[in-house]
Amino acid sequence: MPTYRIVVNGQAREVEAPPDMPLLWVLRDLLSMCGTKFGCGIAQCRACTVHLGGEAVPSCQIAVEDVGDRPVTTIEGEADARVAALKRAWMAEEVPQCGYCQPGQIMAAAALLAETPAPSDEQIDRAMKNICRCGTYARIRKAIHRAAGEVGR
Amino acid sequence: MIRGAITRRGFLGVGAAAGGGLLIGFDLLGCGGKRPAAPATGGATEAAGAAATTAAPGGPPADLNAWIRIAPDDTITFLVHESEMGQGVLTSFAVILGEELRPDWNKGIQAEHAPANRALYGHQVTGGSTSVRGNFDRLRAAGAAAREMLIAAAARRFGVDPGECRADAGEVVCERTGQRARYGELAAEAAALEAPAEPPLTEPEAFRVIGKGMARLDTPAKTDGTAVFGLDVRLPGMKFAQVARCPVFGGAVRSFDDSRAKAVPGVRKVVQVPSGVAVIADHTWAAMKGVEALEIEWDERGNGAMSSGSIRAACRRALRKAAVARAEGDVAKALRAAGRGRVIEAEYEVPFLAHAPMEPLGATARVADGRCEVWAATQAPGPSQEAAAKVTGLPLDKVTIHTTMLGGGFGRRAQTDFVAEAVHVAMAAGAPVQVVWSREDDVRGGYYRPMSLSRLAAALGKDGMPVAWRHEIASPSLLKQFGPLERGLDRTALEGAESLPYAIPSLKVSYADVDVPITLWFWRSVGASQNAFVTECFLDELAARGKKDPVELRRALLAGKERHLRVLDLVARKSGWGTPLPRGRGRGIALFESFGSVVGQVAEVSVEDGKVRVHRVVCAIDCGPVILPDAVRAQMDSGVAFGLSAALHGEITIEKGRAAQGNFDDYKVVRMRDMPVVETHVVEVPPGGELGGVGEPGVPPIAPAVCNAIFALTGKRIRRLPIRLT
Repeated sequence: MPTYRIVVNGQAREVEAPPDMPLLWVLRDLLSMCGTKFGCGIAQCRACTVHLGGEAVPSCQIAVEDVGDRPVTTIEGEADARVAALKRAWMAEEVPQCGYCQPGQIMAAAALLAETPAPSDEQIDRAMKNICRCGTYARIRKAIHRAAGEVGR
Repeated sequence: MIRGAITRRGFLGVGAAAGGGLLIGFDLLGCGGKRPAAPATGGATEAAGAAATTAAPGGPPADLNAWIRIAPDDTITFLVHESEMGQGVLTSFAVILGEELRPDWNKGIQAEHAPANRALYGHQVTGGSTSVRGNFDRLRAAGAAAREMLIAAAARRFGVDPGECRADAGEVVCERTGQRARYGELAAEAAALEAPAEPPLTEPEAFRVIGKGMARLDTPAKTDGTAVFGLDVRLPGMKFAQVARCPVFGGAVRSFDDSRAKAVPGVRKVVQVPSGVAVIADHTWAAMKGVEALEIEWDERGNGAMSSGSIRAACRRALRKAAVARAEGDVAKALRAAGRGRVIEAEYEVPFLAHAPMEPLGATARVADGRCEVWAATQAPGPSQEAAAKVTGLPLDKVTIHTTMLGGGFGRRAQTDFVAEAVHVAMAAGAPVQVVWSREDDVRGGYYRPMSLSRLAAALGKDGMPVAWRHEIASPSLLKQFGPLERGLDRTALEGAESLPYAIPSLKVSYADVDVPITLWFWRSVGASQNAFVTECFLDELAARGKKDPVELRRALLAGKERHLRVLDLVARKSGWGTPLPRGRGRGIALFESFGSVVGQVAEVSVEDGKVRVHRVVCAIDCGPVILPDAVRAQMDSGVAFGLSAALHGEITIEKGRAAQGNFDDYKVVRMRDMPVVETHVVEVPPGGELGGVGEPGVPPIAPAVCNAIFALTGKRIRRLPIRLT
């Protein structure tokens, strides 16, 4: 099996994996980084959202051979100021219920704020495609506004 | 049970000796070896926290009873035997226990799942919106007993009378002598004392935490990715597996060829288990590829021709022999007498539904050295323990169930099929195994909310008021898997229909079972999810035909039902019922009692490009005294989202004996852009009254509220879910 060198949260990691193995399973099963969640496997629910080269992507659709030298950032990453602000906002708004989709929601929100620092409700609705079965959407929206305010200051 | 759980000491020791209580001390510090943020919360994560406190200076933590553990460093761990699936039960248990225990809330409060233990906790299943209302009294008693034991231990130490001491903010103080001691210092001595038989309880009027709320204990770990869900468990040397199950309901494996599957890199073993063929591999991806490469010949057991249409036809046939659940007055006579124009008839139907919790099903099991351990996101630790014991042939005390965080449950995780299956696979693997269900496995895997077909007839008097109501239900029985139906009635299928609250002189409700080979199960709000749509929409039809305002008609038919009326008035007032709406908007109401609570909802909808859009939902609930106000609001949001997903999209259709849907692309759910604004108003009741449920009652009214709004807007009646306008 081939060996791949990928950079996750600023750390170089070496993994032995089949070329088509999705980044999701590399993170979860080979690196035991389970903050990134499996929900559907077909990029519908976006629970597996991570940043690849700064862009929010469903990691279930990214083969390990295609990662290359683009850095991977997951919910466990602590260096990203937007992710940190979003985590604080999520706490303040008491967003999570079951919590399973929230890492993906936060990573999607961080990519949104990188592109649109002060998004409107409509912009949030358009950008946030992640499914939450508990229906925490209203609180997610509030938390994104709160984090945007904090990052913007 | 109550006394036993409160007086039982040495629980930790017993549990630990049996492998329960504290988890193993390796590799469960959250995935990636990162320690969970304090306070640790829920599932396997806290095993690390608890293990850390064990090693803390000053000796091991002491269990004062089945729910309260206090460490020498004052860390208080509340052991929660109900499952945290988003409803906030870890926090509500902490609030109820802590109200009486009176800890220092500002430090070291944590909550974690208790292991399965029938002797301590009884029937350990989370469901029926019962976690709080079913445990409130014994939790208060447990908190108060622990407090009194701490006081008694302090009094001994101080050489004073216990009556001179009081406990608050994590310490016991004797005002006269000025002596004080922290709970952590006293816990070991307190745990050795006899629990008081009747500890004094705080008067509800004096509650300081209950009803006031506190920050949820599980929020930090659920925000930073460290919370450990069922599929996040990692054990040394573990394998990952997927199982190919027969796509035709009721079918089985006839034969299979695994040569191509075994050639997939990373696949270690292929074994047949009762549920299908399992591929055991080094990682989930290899297991998935292995399952794809399996060649299996299925035995469809004659079910390959079944379809939604054939089941619907069977339901219509079954109605002819429906058993009567409730009969008042003479419905047949009233219908005959009413005459043309004043009799309304309709057929309503709701489909099979999958739960589709955000976290796919699965469990991790290890069977070795005469013991079985299971890590699972389960609503049913008790039955899971029994299921694992049955599969392994081990006695119950050799089976440990570790409940992790649940990535949603909605009832599906109260089944033990996925736990038993993981144990089977682990036994065959000879190694710890995590079975991971794909989303398709979940959506196609049965244990559905049953479909239900209703035939209704009603008669109106000359004044337009209903004088007769006949409701016949045909629905595959969910309850008969537990034993024969009493008088042929499935009470879940009749939920809310049988107990129709409206004062109608002649009333008849009946039920007929229909045999299907599809496995059926409890789905958030169960029969109420079916019948609220039927009865509240049909009542709206009667209002329209009788030229009555839907709120006024309900008010008239609910005379004397104070709870219903309070909710009705509140939701009508807050929604601006009767006031003009912007052009293109319609408003609809539904009111429904379930799980001890009454919920009313008013939905505002528009139709854009042939699609229904729900803009605003005003929700009123009477759930009795509130424990965690924010959790009530969150659960109303959640109930609306869950019920709206079903109303707008939810449908498992059966074709050729199989489920036609498989993933979120064809089993759609509500996303952010579809989510209405939900405004929740809670009926204020005096403290001390009976508690109602909160997790489920928000679900039933949303579908009828939306459908009634569609009628108000367009004149079109929706009698079959999901909603289709064309």
